[in-house]
Amino acid sequence: MSNTERIELFTAKAEAVSAVVKRLPSMKEATDYVVDLCGAKEACQLLISGCGEPLSQKAEDLCEIKQDKVVAAPNLSQGHYDALAKACDKNGFVCKRDGLREHLAGIDIGFTLCQGAIAETGSVVLDSDSEETRLATMISEIHVAAVTVDSIEQDFYGVEKKLAELIAKTPSYTAFITGASRTADIERVLALGVHGPLELHVLLLDEV
Amino acid sequence: MQNVKNLGEYKEHVREALDNEFQRQAIDRFAQAYPVGRAKAFEGMDVEGLIAEIAAAKDDSIRRMGELYEQFKREAEKAGIHVHLAKNAGEANEIIASIAKKTGSKKIVKSKSMTAEETLLNHHLEGEGLEVTETDLGEWIIQMRHEGPSHMVMPAIHLSRDQVAGLFSQVTGKDQSNEIEKLVKVARRELRQRFVEADMGISGANFAIAETATIGLVTNEGNARLCTTLPRVHVALCGLDKLTPTLHDALRVLRALPRNATGQTLTSYTTWIHGPNEDNAAPGGKKEMHIVFLDNGRTALAEDPEFRQVLRCIRCGACANVCPVYRMVGGHEYGHIYIGAIGLILTYFFHGRDKAKHLVLNCINCQACKAVCAAGIDLPSLIKRVYARILDETGHDIDSTLLSMVMRNRKLFHGLLRSARFAQKPFGVKKGEKQKGNFIRHLPMMFAKQHAFRELPAVADKPFRDIFPKIQPKVENPRYTVAIFGGCAQDFLYPEQLEAMVHTFADRGVAVDFPLQQTCCGLPLMMMGERKAEKEVAEQNIHAIDPAKYDYIICSCPSCASHLKQYPEIFGGGDSDGLLADRFADKVIDISSFLNDVLEMSADDFEQGGPKATYHAPCHLCRGLNVHDAPREILAKGGYEYVPCKEEEVCCGFGGSYSVKFPEISQQILTNKLDNIEATGAEVLVTDCPGCVMQIRGGLAKRGSDVVVRHMSEVLAERRKK
Ligand code: SF4
Ligand code: SF4
Repeated sequence: MSNTERIELFTAKAEAVSAVVKRLPSMKEATDYVVDLCGAKEACQLLISGCGEPLSQKAEDLCEIKQDKVVAAPNLSQGHYDALAKACDKNGFVCKRDGLREHLAGIDIGFTLCQGAIAETGSVVLDSDSEETRLATMISEIHVAAVTVDSIEQDFYGVEKKLAELIAKTPSYTAFITGASRTADIERVLALGVHGPLELHVLLLDEV
Repeated sequence: MQNVKNLGEYKEHVREALDNEFQRQAIDRFAQAYPVGRAKAFEGMDVEGLIAEIAAAKDDSIRRMGELYEQFKREAEKAGIHVHLAKNAGEANEIIASIAKKTGSKKIVKSKSMTAEETLLNHHLEGEGLEVTETDLGEWIIQMRHEGPSHMVMPAIHLSRDQVAGLFSQVTGKDQSNEIEKLVKVARRELRQRFVEADMGISGANFAIAETATIGLVTNEGNARLCTTLPRVHVALCGLDKLTPTLHDALRVLRALPRNATGQTLTSYTTWIHGPNEDNAAPGGKKEMHIVFLDNGRTALAEDPEFRQVLRCIRCGACANVCPVYRMVGGHEYGHIYIGAIGLILTYFFHGRDKAKHLVLNCINCQACKAVCAAGIDLPSLIKRVYARILDETGHDIDSTLLSMVMRNRKLFHGLLRSARFAQKPFGVKKGEKQKGNFIRHLPMMFAKQHAFRELPAVADKPFRDIFPKIQPKVENPRYTVAIFGGCAQDFLYPEQLEAMVHTFADRGVAVDFPLQQTCCGLPLMMMGERKAEKEVAEQNIHAIDPAKYDYIICSCPSCASHLKQYPEIFGGGDSDGLLADRFADKVIDISSFLNDVLEMSADDFEQGGPKATYHAPCHLCRGLNVHDAPREILAKGGYEYVPCKEEEVCCGFGGSYSVKFPEISQQILTNKLDNIEATGAEVLVTDCPGCVMQIRGGLAKRGSDVVVRHMSEVLAERRKK
């Protein structure tokens, strides 16, 4: 399978599970994308998903913790993180790379750089050894996952070697992420974002 | 859950489930959508090949279960994971409770685990004063309702949005709307709160990779990731059957699991965990990680040559998705904790005979589960073997002992069938004008009420064995020499179907014989768990019809044919009977395949321009014998305008003695079938099996429908150019 075919297959499969897929040249454009997305998000309200519903007192208390728009980017290199933090600052968002346990009520965007992708299933492969990385991808309303196009493999067996390396570390925690968090547990009606993100955006980068 | 004391009580439950209109419709809608989604998900893949690979790899893991456990434990301990082995459910629960105690955990969040359902873990932990919250949405819902799951993958499929809204109103103390989108958001917030407070997270494991001591978790909601991230203690509870040697094995299963479960290519999250990971809430910044392996009969099962293949199961739930009985009665009456076909079997091994003994009767043997199983497990025959074991352990009931006594003696059996003609006299015989069939006018009392949903056929005046000598064609220099295997239904109820068959290929150079010593194929005996008698009649048949003398053994009852094909398994090879059974089974062919593929009859052989006809594919033909195209092709060649019917390959609800035991279920399955048939607008319904003719014809006659039901042999004989 050629490079182009892999990109096309990945895009089709990821979009089939309602992920947004964008092809971008580099990390710089990815950073702009994240900042724009955060700015556009619920411009007039800070409420996190579910907080507008009638909740029990305890669950509602949790909602009150969230005050600002938060972008978390736990696994970027120092240089990329600084650039993002600067752009967030300019827009009045909080940018974080750690301490996400203080934000369990939810954050707006979790931005991660992934290690691989699987075309046949439209999944990204993410080294999640760090707790901050796991949280960023789980408590965010939107997960933006960047991955380089040359790391897209055709199928599971294609990523097997890389995955074997990732899981061989002690300890290790690795994820295949395919679309947003979803459930069909009530009357088999599909609903996104039951525990994790309501949206998954995958940015296919030519280079990092 | 199965706490019923006798079959009567069980049937009472079944009746209630049948009355649950919402549940039935919900499952029904899924049952209709599922095959389409599954086919799409597997598009372009070699599914058979993948299933065979999974089966072989799982068999290998099962053989090496003990060794894989040791390897996993070694690797895990190197990484600082605590590994435990629990002999049974109680032990597993105690180990987990003691971990909670040692770590000072009070609040627990759980991510979906069938193994924890198996051990009834929640009850135990709650009994120890711990607060347990299921975090999978469906599991949380049923936890609050104090129910078990009604499906392995969709635990709350039996509930409506209104029921969920009512439940959530109670939990939050606020009024909830019944909008699903909103209910899901409410659950998100409520459960997030529980995650924040939890000390301990419990998960299952879809894979336990021995090589690296890594567990794999497959979820859609992402709750497993939160359960294994936020609390400072993680306990994974995992059946020994989840052990697999390498990552490659796990990835292979992962290719099939979501596709077969719900038609998804992959679930949203697949998580691979190895060792106590970073945890900022834990002292030292590291989680405490435990894995509890559950035996609960698995080691014994792995050593059981007859049953070890059930450990191949990857818990995709597909065998429930396609099961016509599950579709009618839902999970709570079609399983104890594990549901569907695999549930009927596992219940016996994991939860004991008492829970299994009534459940296991409720399989109609349609083979749909076998055809769809991701691990290639021969579920229907294992279900019957469980039943046979239960009978061997508890004693055979008088009915089946009597039946097997009669059936072992062909003369007595056939004598009784003949005299049934006189026995039915007091009830009278009526001619079903529209249906071209004879029915019993008044059903004997014991059948009258429950079987009133269909007319029952009358015994023929003359069995086929008396007619055959007069119609046997004389053939010089035959192309083929064949033997007819008649089967009881056709021999004694519908001899005209066999007669028609002989007429269809008369003049086609086929010399036909009907060896008179043949008897019942033995399928009813298998259904009743009478394995000894089943083998005895098989012996009579392989000696009655010498395979060396015939090119083919033709059977126009696919139930018989598929059972005859299983003779080698009954004899298990080896001795001379085993070899004979092999050769015998090899020669067996169904009538449509014989006419279409062997004789290669063509449109030239038949008058064209016949009526619109639709088709019902008998379970034992399309799945039992894997014959799909031949009947439709020969029907069209026979001059009929073939119009496909919705759910053409779904069971009609007959299942031999099944419809006698569970008439209400049989009736419901039949109703769907008849509706679909009538919707085609066809004048004739053609099928290849006398049992299906009996069921569908009886049902349509009862409705007063104009659609005529005919056996394939009859419709072809009628249009054959003389
Ligand atoms: S054979 Fe048919 S009825 Fe029996 S368990 Fe399988 S699918 Fe259900
Ligand atoms: S028995 Fe087969 S179809 Fe049923 S759950 Fe197990 S693997 Fe899936």
